[in-house]
Amino acid sequence: MPPTPTPRLGTRPVAVVSFAQTDNLRRESHRNEVETLMPVFADVFGNVGITKDDIDFICSGSTDYLVGGPFSFVSALDAIGVWPPRRESHVEMDAAWALYEAVVALQDDDVDTALVYGFGKSSLGQLDKIMALQLDPYVLAPLWPDPVSLAALQARALLDAGLATEDDFAAVAARSRKAALANPKAQVAYDRSVADLLADDYVVAPLRKHAVPPITDGAAAMVLAVGDRAWEWAERAGVQPAWITGIDHRVETHSLGARDLTVSPSTRKAGDVAGVADGPVDVAELHAPFAPQELILADALGLDALGRDGSAVDVNPSGGPLAANPLMAGGLIRIGEAASRIMNRTAGRAVAHATSGPALQQNLVAVLEGAS
Amino acid sequence: MSDRVAVIGVGQTHHKAKRDDVSIAGLVREAALRALDDAGLGWSDIDAVVIGKAPDMFEGVMMPELYLAPALGAVGKPIFRVHTAGSVGGSTALVAAHLVTSGVHQRVLTVAFEKQSDSDAMWALSVPQPFSAPLLAGAGGYFAPHIRAYMHRSGAPRDIGMKVAVKDRLHALRNPYAHLHLPDISLKMVEESIMLWDPLHYLESCPSSDGAAAMVLGSENAAAAAEAATGRRPAWVHGMAMRSEPTMFAGRDQINPRAGRECAADVYRQAGVTNPRRDFDCAEVYVPFSWYEPMWLENLGFCDQGDGWKLTDDGATFIDGGDIPWNCSGGVLSSNPIGASGMLRFLEVALQVRGQAGDHQVDGVRRALGQAYGGGSQFFAMWVLGVDKP
Repeated sequence: MPPTPTPRLGTRPVAVVSFAQTDNLRRESHRNEVETLMPVFADVFGNVGITKDDIDFICSGSTDYLVGGPFSFVSALDAIGVWPPRRESHVEMDAAWALYEAVVALQDDDVDTALVYGFGKSSLGQLDKIMALQLDPYVLAPLWPDPVSLAALQARALLDAGLATEDDFAAVAARSRKAALANPKAQVAYDRSVADLLADDYVVAPLRKHAVPPITDGAAAMVLAVGDRAWEWAERAGVQPAWITGIDHRVETHSLGARDLTVSPSTRKAGDVAGVADGPVDVAELHAPFAPQELILADALGLDALGRDGSAVDVNPSGGPLAANPLMAGGLIRIGEAASRIMNRTAGRAVAHATSGPALQQNLVAVLEGAS
Repeated sequence: MSDRVAVIGVGQTHHKAKRDDVSIAGLVREAALRALDDAGLGWSDIDAVVIGKAPDMFEGVMMPELYLAPALGAVGKPIFRVHTAGSVGGSTALVAAHLVTSGVHQRVLTVAFEKQSDSDAMWALSVPQPFSAPLLAGAGGYFAPHIRAYMHRSGAPRDIGMKVAVKDRLHALRNPYAHLHLPDISLKMVEESIMLWDPLHYLESCPSSDGAAAMVLGSENAAAAAEAATGRRPAWVHGMAMRSEPTMFAGRDQINPRAGRECAADVYRQAGVTNPRRDFDCAEVYVPFSWYEPMWLENLGFCDQGDGWKLTDDGATFIDGGDIPWNCSGGVLSSNPIGASGMLRFLEVALQVRGQAGDHQVDGVRRALGQAYGGGSQFFAMWVLGVDKP
């Protein structure tokens, strides 16, 4: 075995050894959350040839507000069957944060393996109304600001500061949707020119249709393992382990008026702690649901010069959230897509990012590396 | 390799039916500031914040940690949100503790809250869901059949639950933070209160409370520094564990859940506890409905199966004269800010171990158990705290 990279967080190196996701759909009308998750677990375990009984710790991410009822994570557990009783936890956050909890839990000598998953059926309700309930309940939520309008404010700030143009937004969308043609799980994929995209109508100016993510039903799951177990399971899966050498997350203040929306200091800080700039980056998967946000994130992480030989990093080759954006799983999918590139040896070092809250309020950054 | 972790600061709000004087942010900040003061620390000393609460529909705010980040001094730091149903206050503290034992952070602020008066928990628990039988009964209606099954199985007399209700309210009279202060509490008063879910009378049920709980957890170095600065000793974590099992499954025993037994066995093994009734000096256990005291006495191994009610009946769990006082704070039966109720159990044993419990202090506490449960008696979180550095 080649040497295992040394992690920045903790002392026990953790690797992704398996990743699976559903087809991402505008509306999954035939399966509930449990039925959506079951084939994902079959895939993610099947890749390694294990069962739930080989898993020491389980952690998931979801939100009750998509289902419109309390405890949506409880019934989802039935997709695993937590019997005999298991060590299990849940975050009311994107499942990328469930991954963070699992990486911390794997530092315990008693925990060598973990299952992480997230799911979101956004089609069940009205997202524009639901997401407004995420805002300050006293001064913001009563105004019912919808997420597209908040992202439009951020895009407008970029334009007003002279940091980007509408052409730049369209270029992100054109590149992402074209890349998505090669992603069988993608929901929105096409090959259209920037000029063609600029003929789209505005949804909320300055965001045209192409700059807005799709509404997606989907789920994803990942198997993690520590040290020798990671090498063993990766070999059984026919991949190399994707070692999580750095992971960190930071939050900004909630009030949009108190933030400079053209920058992402929380992403920059998380990237510094995770060690993004410690080496060249072959691929970056950024959880930028709205096209202008990719520009802000790439700048915060310094991706323009972190590619091999100082070139720009290949961003969102999966198509990113513009190709499929299942809430609560979308961040984990970014990490899964980045890990998949390490696992299949088409990248040596990758950066993955997840976001939560209005206009990139909270951000998580992970660095994944192969052994070579 | 795991590092040591200790509770070095403790804070809670006064729990009430309505805290109209504060916003949600004001509520959590009140508890957090008390915990920081107790630890002799300021906001800038904190590395990360871990926050927990029960379903977001209880206040009508989706993922409220986003809005609460600045109120909790988290801007520029990590803030992490846990939700594991009723056990969440306990599991939130455990997630925070793991951030220290893993060596990631030195000082972590952990907070849990519920502001029940902002919404209606009974409604939020009863929203109809596709393909699920609507309970429309709240938590009490769900648990009452389990209680009747326990009574049938153990042969317990019908007044045991009422005795727990009286005992915990007598305890609450010694706790200035408790929501319910009922100086006239008596068996007769409980028996004459309205029957909600047979056999549970109104006074055998927990109240609906607004409230928050907070703790500062620190590494070995942080604990030494806090003790030197404040003169207050740390409460060391001797063991911690979580377990989950399914809600609906023909093979499970909902009266004495296997997840609870295995969670207890795990923390007892870590802490070197072989006889819980002898080895613990007190315990804070999640008893939202009176009969859960005898049921959890058995589940946690404080007695043989079927004997839990006898300990209650004999006064073993009463602070005056009992050999194993349970819920000296008044417990969930006296204060129930749902998301914080589990953390209050964990926090109250920290007070006992640190000798800070005031009028409800048990003499000479060396080691104590905190337990929280949630869902359909399926999610468990526990920790053991002690005076001695493990």
